[in-house]
Amino acid sequence: MLKHSRMLITMGFILFTFLIGGCSQLTVLDPQGPVAEQQKDLILWSIVFMLLIIAVVYILFIWILLKYRNREGHKGYASHHEGSKWLEIVWTFIPILIVIALAVPTVKTIYSLEKPPTETAHKKPLVIHVTSVNWKWIFSYPEQHIETVNYLTMPEDRPVLFKLTSADAMSSFWIPSLGGQKYAMAGMQTELYLQADHIGVFEGRNSNFTGKDFAQQKFKTEVLTEVGFQQWVKKTQIKAPKLTKAQYDQLMQEGLAKVMSFSSTHLDWVDHAKDSEYALKVRNKLEKPSISSEKKPHKEHHMHEKGGME
Amino acid sequence: MKWDQFFITDEPLIVGAGISILLTGLGIIFVLTYLKKWKWLWNEWLTTVDHKKIGIMYILFAILMLFRGGVDALMMRTQLAVPNAHFLDAQHYNEIFTTHGTIMILFMAMPFLIGLINVVIPLQIGARDVAYPYLNAVSFWTFFFGACLFNISFVIGGSPSAGWTSYMPLAGNELSPGPGQNYYLLGLQISGIGTLLTGINFLVTILKMRAKGMTLLRMPMFTWSTLITCVIIIFAFPILTVALALMTFDRLFGSHFFTLASGGMDMLWANLFWLWGHPEVYIVILPAFGMFSEIISTFSRKTLFGYKAMVYSMLVIAGLSFVVWVHHFFTMGSGAAVNSFFSITTMAIGIPTGVKIFNWLFTMYKGKISVTTPMLWSLGFIVNFVIGGVTGVMLAMGAADYQYHNTYFLISHFHYVLIAGTVFGCFAGLHFWYPKMVGYKLNERIGKWCFWIFTIGFNICFFPMYILGLDGMPRRIYTYNASDGWTELNIVATIGAFMMGIGFILLVYNVYYSFRYAKREQTGDAWDGRTLEWSTTSAIPPHYNFAKIPEVTGLDGFWRSKQEKETENVEYKPIHMPSYSGRPFVMSAFLFISGFGLVFEWWAIAILGAIGTLICMVLRSFDYDDGYYVNVEEIQKTESVYKEV
Repeated sequence: MLKHSRMLITMGFILFTFLIGGCSQLTVLDPQGPVAEQQKDLILWSIVFMLLIIAVVYILFIWILLKYRNREGHKGYASHHEGSKWLEIVWTFIPILIVIALAVPTVKTIYSLEKPPTETAHKKPLVIHVTSVNWKWIFSYPEQHIETVNYLTMPEDRPVLFKLTSADAMSSFWIPSLGGQKYAMAGMQTELYLQADHIGVFEGRNSNFTGKDFAQQKFKTEVLTEVGFQQWVKKTQIKAPKLTKAQYDQLMQEGLAKVMSFSSTHLDWVDHAKDSEYALKVRNKLEKPSISSEKKPHKEHHMHEKGGME
Repeated sequence: MKWDQFFITDEPLIVGAGISILLTGLGIIFVLTYLKKWKWLWNEWLTTVDHKKIGIMYILFAILMLFRGGVDALMMRTQLAVPNAHFLDAQHYNEIFTTHGTIMILFMAMPFLIGLINVVIPLQIGARDVAYPYLNAVSFWTFFFGACLFNISFVIGGSPSAGWTSYMPLAGNELSPGPGQNYYLLGLQISGIGTLLTGINFLVTILKMRAKGMTLLRMPMFTWSTLITCVIIIFAFPILTVALALMTFDRLFGSHFFTLASGGMDMLWANLFWLWGHPEVYIVILPAFGMFSEIISTFSRKTLFGYKAMVYSMLVIAGLSFVVWVHHFFTMGSGAAVNSFFSITTMAIGIPTGVKIFNWLFTMYKGKISVTTPMLWSLGFIVNFVIGGVTGVMLAMGAADYQYHNTYFLISHFHYVLIAGTVFGCFAGLHFWYPKMVGYKLNERIGKWCFWIFTIGFNICFFPMYILGLDGMPRRIYTYNASDGWTELNIVATIGAFMMGIGFILLVYNVYYSFRYAKREQTGDAWDGRTLEWSTTSAIPPHYNFAKIPEVTGLDGFWRSKQEKETENVEYKPIHMPSYSGRPFVMSAFLFISGFGLVFEWWAIAILGAIGTLICMVLRSFDYDDGYYVNVEEIQKTESVYKEV
């Protein structure tokens, strides 16, 4: 029996080191900013307890199964053994302790994620308005008067306050390297603080299903130095065209879009957090009457492909 | 609407499926006609109010749906096996994952469990049928026709494609035009009637029809779990009914409950959906818990360890199940206090669940464990469910969930609880009570092969998904790029999925093989059982179940009476039984017609179906058939036949 358990412990240990070693490559466990860092710490803290629970259950399971499996020379059968106060108290209270051990850091982290990271709390956060529209991302920098489509640029070591909303479906704004996601909803504004520790390019995407081309609703996040960011702002302000209403209304159509930059923002005429019907009205207006009068049940998306932004 | 939009003709896969359905249907019609079985089908099955037959029909339908949902799953895994695959296009993939989720939860897990509940519970409490046998038939047929309405969508008009959660505004007319989403709403609405009625029926049955001496705390654990499940159904399903009705109004009649326009609240749908949806998860897991309790106790030849703790833990789980729904959308930005509250309530569910796991382990402690197929599924449940359970606690931690949400980490978690919990439970229960349904066991050797291939495949399929989730792979994407670095693990997962497919084929083969070759049971007690369902005089109980209602003197009633070995000469009395009726079938068929009309907004058909339904209800209320008596001679004749064998 002793041999079995020793082997199990060794195997468990090997598995554990292997897991932790391999995991450091995984996006969520390889954080690039203080928000994702806090979440990673919480995840690893919980994994330790979870492996402990699994180990206890598996060891008991194997031991009981080996010992009490019905075969010749079976010993210790007690058909009326039906409970034990002590044991039941033990396995009620230990889980309660584990839940407390997990709940305390969870609640702390939930509250801390509502605020900018403590290390840079003295810096003024950069505000970026994020608008999701099927199936693209629009980023507006109100203070810089810049708007980008399907790419995001931000400075390192400075908190960024994302103000999220959507022009149509409920989507979820997520840059896993920098931190957890939050929903973007029409007629609503949600807020999310993120921060990057280093310069680099990180993948961002919509993670909440929104229909046909949802899988392609991705964007690159380029993190620059503070100086590099200011240069990018200047360059965009000078070189990029102004965003026209007609152009913006084209973006309101369902479909994909390429990367774009503008030196003005749509916030001047519409805030989707306050006007949830804007995109629908634009679509009704732009749709040809011959199409809108007829219902297209199954292959609706072909129409959008042609009318879209590709 | 044009005909090519009515029948889906532009997807070769769908056309193929449509043709094969047509051919199978024609084949069945031909066989029934050739063998002159139409009358038999109508008299013995379609009009039956016998809980055992209704249960068997539920289970057959569930296995059919497991096939359909499984094929959906394999198609998804094929598409995702390699990056940028072109096996399915985006729209088709979206339809498939939507139907996979809806079918597996509502039309596979639910009927499988309700089927087993139907077969077992009246026998287990020593009753001759359920409290409302006619209502039970209504339950089955509304469920059946609702599920059929949902299922025909992929050949007629197009499947829903907004996910089984159907979040608004995506599921609204603007973003999901066409009949697909209407199928979802009406299919679920009609089948939901059946589920709610089942909940009421079994609540009353268990509370009012137990055999003499079976106090609440002497009830078998499966009966307890069913009772608690019924309470959850009665509280949860009306929420779904209302939510579906509101969305139906939005789509068909232009109301604005959840729409983008005119101040609709899309978040309200998410809340209502999960207010039903989370209790629903416990509706499909608690009966499985009950079955595992019975099976582990039987094959350890021991009383269940910590009986009272088992009951209380289920009550706590049932209570908590109604106060955790927000954990499905921590990322909606409800604020720190709300998220903290729901994190803690969700983690708290781990405590009673943990208690149950240890109680099962200690039921085996000091037992005499025989590893039969049902026991094997139960043991597999403990090992795998623990993984699903602990990852559930991890997901419950709100701040960490912002990173897990909408990823394959979540996908893996809920498959580890729903497959290792519910599906393993259904398979365990099916093997365990199979002799009670058909009079012989499923083959043990094939059963064990099936278990190992399915379980190993299950782990190969779903364990890599935890890692994919942590690597940032979101759920519901129809394809990904090689540069994402998810390829290897996706290939592995696909291999596992196909192994599960092989496991399923073995299960079906086992049904055929055992039908041909299995040794027929001579007594009602196939496994040396502990509870009343095994005390029937014959392997398949007669339609009245018990010639004389047994009396119970304690927990594990039948086990005790076997120990005491007393045989008395029973004096039979006439038995009152309910009459069969074709009306539940006809009424539900009208509901189907009405639903179909609403799906396509063909009002005349919808009204016609509604009138038909109403007429059936009126006819029922003027129905003075109070059932009939089985006379003593017939009982004697039936019972003596069994005794000779």
